[in-house]
Parts: sequence; structure tokens; C-alpha cells
Amino acid sequence: MKQSVTVSKSEEAKWLEGIKVVLSKLQFKTPTFNLKKIIVPVISIVAFIGIWYLGAEALRQREINFRVEKALTDQGQAAANALQACFASNESTCQTNTLPSPTQVWASVITLVNDYYVVKQDKLDFKNKTAAVNAKRIAAGKAPIVYTGRASFVDIVIRSLKTVFAGFLLAFFIAVPIGIVIGLSPTLRNAINWFIQIFKPVSPVVWYLLVFMIVKTLLIGTSSDNSFLISFISVGLCAMWATLVNTAVGVSTVDKDYINVAKVLKLGQLQKIFKIILPSSLPLIFTGLRITLSVAWMVLIAIELLAQSPGLGTFVWEEFQNGSSESNSKIIVAMFVIGIIGFLLDRFMLTIQNMVSFNKSEGI
Amino acid sequence: MAYLELKNIYKTYGEGKDATEVLSNINLSIEEGEFVAIVGFTGSGKTTLVNLINGLLEPTSGEVLFKGEPVKGTSHERGVIFQNYSLLPWLSVEQNVLMAVREAFPKREKAVWKRKAAHYIDMVGLTPAINKLPKELSGGMRQRVAVARALSMKPDMIIMDEPLGALDALTRGNLQDQILNIWGKDKRTALLITNDVDEGIYMADRIIPLRPGPNATLGPEFKIDIERPRDKTELNDNPIYKTTRNAIIEYLMGIGEGRKSEQQSTYILPDLAPKSFVRL
Repeated sequence: MKQSVTVSKSEEAKWLEGIKVVLSKLQFKTPTFNLKKIIVPVISIVAFIGIWYLGAEALRQREINFRVEKALTDQGQAAANALQACFASNESTCQTNTLPSPTQVWASVITLVNDYYVVKQDKLDFKNKTAAVNAKRIAAGKAPIVYTGRASFVDIVIRSLKTVFAGFLLAFFIAVPIGIVIGLSPTLRNAINWFIQIFKPVSPVVWYLLVFMIVKTLLIGTSSDNSFLISFISVGLCAMWATLVNTAVGVSTVDKDYINVAKVLKLGQLQKIFKIILPSSLPLIFTGLRITLSVAWMVLIAIELLAQSPGLGTFVWEEFQNGSSESNSKIIVAMFVIGIIGFLLDRFMLTIQNMVSFNKSEGI
Repeated sequence: MAYLELKNIYKTYGEGKDATEVLSNINLSIEEGEFVAIVGFTGSGKTTLVNLINGLLEPTSGEVLFKGEPVKGTSHERGVIFQNYSLLPWLSVEQNVLMAVREAFPKREKAVWKRKAAHYIDMVGLTPAINKLPKELSGGMRQRVAVARALSMKPDMIIMDEPLGALDALTRGNLQDQILNIWGKDKRTALLITNDVDEGIYMADRIIPLRPGPNATLGPEFKIDIERPRDKTELNDNPIYKTTRNAIIEYLMGIGEGRKSEQQSTYILPDLAPKSFVRL
């Protein structure tokens, strides 16, 4: 009995050790208390919110003044006073349609969070309600009824993340192999270079349209929703160029010393590629992948918007279109969410990039 | 017949107008089991010469014969230790050596490879660092890995291109002894390229100076008739050592002087004086 306890303890110690190693590789350092490092960002955040608040307030005032003045000239003093009072009461019917203030945005954050719980409950209710029916349907070999109601903000974000990862994987599986091949062969590089140079700067909107034309025709006659398919393919094609170019450059500019090693050891062609060329170009490939992921996240919004894929892009556009009193502040919430997720994705890729990279001087 | 023979080697880089002849009329023969050092200034074409012998380069004209056969490309029979170590930074010490063992003995089992790699890593005293990456090692340790890698292929001849050039004096001395030790065990043929005359005298049976390029060519050879194992401190008082050393240095300096006088020209200095100085 006692023995087994010690064994499990040592197992635990091993786990802890492993976790420590992973943490150290992920560059999570134990935060040392550094007043400057904490205070300076806090001050800048407060200043940012302050400027935002003042700016929003000024814009709001400008709109109110304009509308009250207009009421005064069009409808007379009484109407103007009524409008002024209405704005002052801050009711939802009398909201300005301008840049929302930080407090309004925060209110929207809370609305969206509450909405998440409401939708969650809706889904649960739906599941309970349809449980019996679905069991029968499954028994009969039919597809179960699924929830198709309103999506919460979290669902929207998850949908966007799925699209971006699918696009990223597509970019990875297209760009890395092609990059390796054209990196290895100068002839192929020359053959394909014009293609890369022309298609690299094409805008996401045009990529979407191109993919739309092709996918729509390929899936002609099927009624399924292909917005996800179209949007992730467009994202992938739009974002893959950085990886393609970086891989090609990495593979074609392997250090001469490493090539000499390969020659002296008399490595075969395949061995040379897999043991020397690829490992030595990994850092550049991952730099490319990092750029690809951030480009993918950036173009996603525009492409989702066009493809009507129910992600952040569509969310932003629909809020803009529906023009409710909270629309503008929801758009700002989406903006921050997009920014923060983009930042986290970039950090994630940077960590991987640091794990695989090495300095050339390390071998010398 | 000589083990390694270079006959009328010329090597030119570039073509037509831009062509520069780096090596001209190089003749060299090395016997089996001999330790030969080639001494020369930096930039005199030493590395080009090494690359011709190990097969990374081909001569513009002339022949490189190894065991009577012309050299075509690299071969496992000639192990190379590069000037800048050239370890693969993403592989550990063991993996760097294993890669060479695997290529040299493709038909063995994994366990045999591992044993061989471990043997050579032990030979250079790096067993404690076997799982480390090159970046975690000092310069001297890295070069020892490179030595282990070259030796692990069991080459018949070992070619060293300024292997200790980038190391500090103490590490250098240590590694010289280690290389000599290993060489002394099975007396493989060795060619050492160096810019350090003392290193050449301490290690080699024969020293040949390389007259600096362009048009670098080999000078007269100096035999070092000092018995092995040589002792560094005693060497300083050895009359053969002194005379040989002086002769080689004199020869190299002579070339250096000749080189200088070629470049000499008179400069007219501007007639300037600081403001505060009174012009006389």
C-alpha cells in the first residue's frame, strides 16, 4: 500500500516536472513585482478610456445640438425642448447614433453575456423538448432535429475561430508543400513566380468572389449551407502567400555549411531534404505561418460578411444594418474581441516559432 | 605510391575577365600514416585546397589522387573537420554524431549505431553532454563534437581545416593533445591546415607553407624530426624546434615582405597643422 503511494507521488512529481518544462518553454515567467511595468500600462489604459469617453461625449453633443437646432427651425421651440429633454433622459428611444462611450460598450458586454445564458437555456429547453422526438427519429434512421434558433455571441466567436483554423490548415497544406517544391527547384520557382507575384496582392473580397463562383458551381443542385466552406477556402487562399514565399525562401537559402555537411556525410537526396534542408528552414516556415494566421484572422471579417457565414463578420454587419440603440456599442465589443483574439493567436504562434527557431551561430 | 597525391593543381574562380586564379601549380604527396601540416596566411586559399582534397570542389586543371584513384566528390574515406564546426543546431550532440555513423555504416542496427556514437563521444570526453544541443556547449566542446563526428565514420584519412582557429589558447592546447592522442592510436593519415606555425610543428611530421594567393602555391617542405610524444614545454628548448620554427617564420615573413613591397607606393601627406600650433 505504502509503496503504491510513493509510486503515485513520484508520478505526480514527474507530471509537475513536465508541466514546469512546458511552462518554461511557453515563456510564462513568474511575474516579478515591477511597479513601472504595472503602472505605466494602467496609466495608458486609463488615458485611452478617458480620451475615448471625452471624444464620444463631444460627438454625442454635436449630434444632439444639430438635431435640437433642426427641430427648432422646423417645428418650433416646444418640439426642441421636448427633444432636449428626451436626450437628457437617456431613454432608449432617444439615443444618438454615434461612437458609443465606454460605459455604453460595457453595458453591451453585459447584455451579450446575459444573452449567452439566455440562449444556452433556450438550447437546453429545445433539447429537452425534442428529446423524445429525436430518439424516435434516430430509431427510424432519420436525422435528429437540431437547434436553429438565435446564436449567442460565444457561438459566433466559435464559428469565426473554426473558420479561421480551417482556413489556416488549408493554407498550411497548400503553401508548405508547394513552397518546399519551388524552393528546391529553381526552374519551378521561375515557372510559378509570376503566379505568386500576381495573386499575392489580390484583395480578400475578390478571393471570396472567385471561390464563390467555383464552389457554387461545384455544389450545384445541393441545398446545404456552403457559407462555411466558401469562407474558410477564401480565408485560406488569401492568407497562404506569406507561408508559401517564406517556405520557398527558407528552403532555397539553406546555409552552405549545412549543405557541405550533407555532402561530406554523403546523405542521399531525400535524407538531405528531410534531415538538413527542412529542419534548417523551419524557423522561416513558422514565421510565414505566423503571418498567415494573423492575415487569416484579419481578412476573416470581410469574408464572413460577404459569405453570410454566421461569425463575427456577419455579426458586425448585421448590427450595423439593424441600427438598434445598442448596435454601435455591440460593434465596438466585437472590435475588441477580434483584437484580443488576434493578439492571443499571434502570441500562440510566436511561442511555437520560438520553440523551433535557432540561431545559425548556435552550430558554430 | 603516395596515399594522397596532388598533381599540378590549378583552381580558378569566375570566368573570362573576372577569373582569379586562387591556386596554381600545387604539387603534394602524403604517405600513409603521415601527419602533414600546411601553414599559411588567412585568405591564402587554404580552405579551397582542403575542399579540393575532400571533394567538395573540383580543380580547374590537375589531378587529386587518393589511394591512386582520382577524387570524385566526397567520400566517407576522407573525414573532414570544418573550420566553423558546422554542427546542425537542431540536433543534440548524439544525434549529430549518429547522423554520420548511420551514413558510414548503413547496414548496421540501431543499437550498433548508438554504441559507436557513444564510443566516439566518449573519446572526446563529451559523454556528460551527450543530450545537449550545440548552443548549450562552449566553442571547444562544439569542435570536439565535430571531431567525434568526423572520426565516427572511420575515415582512412582525416582532413582538418583550421579546426582550432576560433578557440582560446588553453582549449586549443588541450584539443591539440586530444587530436594527437586519437591519431597516435591508429596512425591514420592526417592533413592539418593551420595559420599557427607552433601548432604545425607540435603536431605534424612535415610542414609545408602555402605562399599566399592569388596564385597560391606550396613552398618548400620542412621536416620535423622531433620524437613523439612531444612535450610542449620541452619543445621550447629543443634545437630542432627552434631552427625549424625560425626557418618557417623567416620564409613566411619573407613572402609577407615581398607582398608588402609590391603594394608599396608613396603618399603625399596634406600640409596641415592644428590651429593652435605655431607654424615654423
